[in-house]
Amino acid sequence: MSSPIIELQNVHKQFDQRTVLHGVTLELQAHEVVCLLGSSGSGKSTLLRCINLLERIEQGDIIFRGQSLLDERIDVDLVRRHIGIVFQAFNLFPHLNVLDNITLGPLRALGRPRNEVECEARELLGRIGLGTRSDDYPDQLSGGQQQRVAIARALAMQPDVLLLDEVTSALDPTLVGEVLDLLSDLAIQGTTMLIATHEMQFARDVAHRVALLDAGRLVEVAPAKQFFDHPSQPATIDFLSRVPKTR
Amino acid sequence: MAPSTQNSGPTAPQLFVARHRRLGNSQHARWVSIASTLSAIGVLAFVFWIAPGGRAVREFFLSPSHAWRAFIGDPSEGLSAIWRGFLTNIWMFIVCEILVLIFGLAIAVVRMSSSPVLTPLRLLSTIYTDFFRGIPVILVLFAVGYGMPGMDLGWISQQSPAVYACIALTITYSAYVAEVYRAGINSVATNQLVAARAIGLRQGATMRYVVLPQAIRNVIPPLLNDFISLQKDTALVSTLGIVDATQAAHIYGSLNFNFAGYTVASLLFLLLTIPMTRLTDRLIDRDRFKRLAFVS
Repeated sequence: MSSPIIELQNVHKQFDQRTVLHGVTLELQAHEVVCLLGSSGSGKSTLLRCINLLERIEQGDIIFRGQSLLDERIDVDLVRRHIGIVFQAFNLFPHLNVLDNITLGPLRALGRPRNEVECEARELLGRIGLGTRSDDYPDQLSGGQQQRVAIARALAMQPDVLLLDEVTSALDPTLVGEVLDLLSDLAIQGTTMLIATHEMQFARDVAHRVALLDAGRLVEVAPAKQFFDHPSQPATIDFLSRVPKTR
Repeated sequence: MAPSTQNSGPTAPQLFVARHRRLGNSQHARWVSIASTLSAIGVLAFVFWIAPGGRAVREFFLSPSHAWRAFIGDPSEGLSAIWRGFLTNIWMFIVCEILVLIFGLAIAVVRMSSSPVLTPLRLLSTIYTDFFRGIPVILVLFAVGYGMPGMDLGWISQQSPAVYACIALTITYSAYVAEVYRAGINSVATNQLVAARAIGLRQGATMRYVVLPQAIRNVIPPLLNDFISLQKDTALVSTLGIVDATQAAHIYGSLNFNFAGYTVASLLFLLLTIPMTRLTDRLIDRDRFKRLAFVS
């Protein structure tokens, strides 16, 4: 088996005195989609932010393609160019139009030539179904469209792995589908993704493996079908019994 | 039991605007406001007219012939034209405004940076803004205008008073404007910073492409406010012997014992500042509407 893209080893994270992550160990293979489930406050967002180095961990290790990210010589800006993250609240740049939102990273972080970058961005916009909206500003788009642009913005950096932090939680229920469809397409195309979500059906259909975080501990990691049909841990059974039934 | 009729029944309760509150949105209201404005002006004019010294004051400040002579000047009597002096105010204001925009921004960015390399500069910029916001402009003008030539430092000490005046105004107003920029930078939401860093932008690029464009848009009205003050404060350069509009009016006044020149200078300043204040107000209104539209 090839070496994983990301390896989390016994990751601990504290905010002041409160421990949010109690020794999380998980690995993510290339082209693998892992869904991270768990109730609010279980540490899903924190875990993703730690991988992107938006938070510093106290104990354990995060290894990206064989390199520890806790090494003091690590340049966080360079790491983030390889590990994309999309947030619940989109966080698009309101003063830039859709195209400029997507090209800003490749232009100003990677220093790539504009014509090449714009060409790719337009292709990306076509893929997310917003080919005609490149000149619009974020506030002219619906929530679902904004979130798709945010995903495109992360993809434009051509990251090795994409972290998605409850990207449908802030959306109107009628707009959730379009974003999940995009993620399904990305999964089919082989994008490596770690997805924190509350969408059970999506996790069952799209994820290769599903993990459950409970109070900062990873209680179960299993292939999607097994996770939902034959959970082995009492915490998983309890969690699944509390969410609406999936088909 | 008798049914309570107080809050029920087929007829609607009283829902009309009370008579005494109806003024606000009627045609009638416009006439009331016009009439009250005119009468207020009338009362002021009347007081000005009947005051015992009224006639003398009117002649002293409003004499049309003196005003005109002060405006166009008279080289044969050594009278500088106020309009010519006012051109000095205008170019000084323009030069200072550009310099202030640049230095103010530099100071604000240094002060907001978190790089440890810039710590001494950060400290310095904090001291700078505290210091120069606390000193009256006129004292800075004296310090620069008389201090720098007095130092006898080659070409630094051989500039014209106008250059020193520009330096002094720029020093003071950069401190104010730096604070305005800083407020603007603080007004940009943290999630914008996080989003920029998350796509791998460095701190400098984040500031330049994400934070500043939003920050500056947020502070355009307060920036314009400071520029209105700057426009007026160019009058203070007369203390360094520069013949601006104020100084020309002063010379006319002292030679002719008539202050109509000051009125002329005031009108010229109003001509410059009123468009700016109107513009500022319009921008503030536009922002307010945008925010309201966003809420609904």
